[in-house]
Amino acid sequence: MLRMEEVSKSYKHRGQLVKALDGAAVHITKGDFVSVVGPSGSGKSTLLLMLGGMLSPTSGRVLLGDRSIYDLSSDRRARLRKESIGFVFQTFNLVPYLTALENVQIPLYLAGADEGAQEQTASALLERVGLGDRLDHKPTELSVGQQQRVALARMLANDPSVILADEPTGNLDPETADQVIGFFEDCNKEGRTIVMVTHDPKAAERAKRTLKLRDGKIISEQEQSLHVA
Amino acid sequence: MKLRTLVWRELFERKSQMLTCFLAIFLGITTVVAIKNVTFYSEKAVAREMDSLGANVLVLPKSTTLQDYYSADMHEEVIPEEYVMRLTMSDIEGVDNLSPKLCVPVELRGKEFALTGILPKSEFQAKAAWGGAGIFSRPIGCGAIDTGTNSEPEDKRTLVRKRVIKDLESHEILIGPDVAAALDLNEGDTLTLLEEPFSVIAVLPETGTVDDSRIFAHLHTVQRLSGNDAVVNCIEIVGCCEEISAGLVGKVNDLLPSAKVVTVKQVVATQQNVNHMMGRLSTIFLVIIVVVGGAGIANYMYANVFERRREIGTLMALGAESGLVLRIFLLKALLLGLAGGIGGFLIGTTLAVTLGPKLAGVPVLPMPMLALWAVGISAGITLSASYFPARRAARLDPVATFQEV
Repeated sequence: MLRMEEVSKSYKHRGQLVKALDGAAVHITKGDFVSVVGPSGSGKSTLLLMLGGMLSPTSGRVLLGDRSIYDLSSDRRARLRKESIGFVFQTFNLVPYLTALENVQIPLYLAGADEGAQEQTASALLERVGLGDRLDHKPTELSVGQQQRVALARMLANDPSVILADEPTGNLDPETADQVIGFFEDCNKEGRTIVMVTHDPKAAERAKRTLKLRDGKIISEQEQSLHVA
Repeated sequence: MKLRTLVWRELFERKSQMLTCFLAIFLGITTVVAIKNVTFYSEKAVAREMDSLGANVLVLPKSTTLQDYYSADMHEEVIPEEYVMRLTMSDIEGVDNLSPKLCVPVELRGKEFALTGILPKSEFQAKAAWGGAGIFSRPIGCGAIDTGTNSEPEDKRTLVRKRVIKDLESHEILIGPDVAAALDLNEGDTLTLLEEPFSVIAVLPETGTVDDSRIFAHLHTVQRLSGNDAVVNCIEIVGCCEEISAGLVGKVNDLLPSAKVVTVKQVVATQQNVNHMMGRLSTIFLVIIVVVGGAGIANYMYANVFERRREIGTLMALGAESGLVLRIFLLKALLLGLAGGIGGFLIGTTLAVTLGPKLAGVPVLPMPMLALWAVGISAGITLSASYFPARRAARLDPVATFQEV
């Protein structure tokens, strides 16, 4: 489903060449749940951004299905994200002046859904994440855990086949973090492909597969042993 | 969720910044609308005066200064009524009528009015020596000679247009419409002025000038009641045509060296200068609004784009295309422009209508056409100033959303 073929990313920083990613080759099948781990600066987020069509590689190809993502224009890539990819960010990135309901409606609005359908779908998603009584609350009126749940609901709004999560539990307490990973497991059981960047070893273990990065290179790839939660 | 929801909510998220930006546009448009409105009516008043009085010449006391033709007699300086005789007996050509005036303020039922003494034309025509004399004969090209033998009854209300009346008895008065309204008077009523009864023979039509609050009576009656000698405040010479009036000034100056002689053009020159100055001011203000206001708005928009880069990156990550991001910022600019234009038009018009008469001395009415102009200029400035910031937002790298890159 998602493939990276010898992908590298370099950029110049104060006259010096910095390699954020070096010859990465990744194959993620449909329905896979991959965690990406590594120290800070290892290239985890770079890899995730490239998979999401938001950072073009210096060399190599990134494919979603059969399509080379970076052969498309930036607007076509935006459409691709709209149709197929759901994002979750460490800092949630909710729009501060919109309510929880309106935040979840954004992807639906971008996809062209009418207002009635937007409201119905968004309400149902917020109910699913346990925030049915917080529809009219703005992000500042919600706890950190609640904000992340709104972000999860938003991520599912367009029924994405691929979920890309950048440190989704980075700002959460252990209990809430556990709930979020559980939510990802449920999404994966629904057939969605998940790629999750994380510093949390416990979160990483919950994935089916772990990629380890260091200095821009994938140094290991490990299948998790199956466990019963 | 709609585009306008996104824009509207965000506008009120940062209220103080939005208000500052709005005020910049609003105050600028208010000023320009007010100036344009007052200038328009001031120019109209000047054109009207030139139209109806273009050929006229005023003889005034030397020490007077004059800004409004219609209030030429409203001062305390006097000239001898004898000047009228001198003019009448002279051989100056091109005069339709002479109209000496004496103005005495009177208070009636707590309000101040101007009791204006005028000399009817019949007084001139009674003197045999004046009949057919040069003063009332026209040079070639100035129309037929008025022999004063018109047998049709005179419409006395033409006083305001023709500046002179044929007949007026000693205790007859003509009143302006403001006087009639204030004192609840009609034609045929009686009014006591300075302890003497007068009969209202006509209510004059509205002119929008100070004549609307005048009471016209016989000059000699007014002189007697006010304890004045045979003096007047001014003599209005009604010229037969504009070309002649220019020549009249020199001849009257020679005849009356102790008086000041002015043409309508000279009188309205001050007003015209004020109009030109106001017109230039409005252009200068417009340029200032465009440059300063536009720069301020651009600065606000750039700051807004910078503040919202994470939000923009998130929207792009969720699938927003660059066109949508551009529209978000341009719609915001348009809303600010519309609000500034509409508000500026309303307040500017209110200021013009309330303060314009006091500043420019002319009645000022609202000009609905200025609304389109104000909104157009305002929206044009905000959209132009916001285009480059909006384009920057649309080209933002969504990677800014993520922390580690």
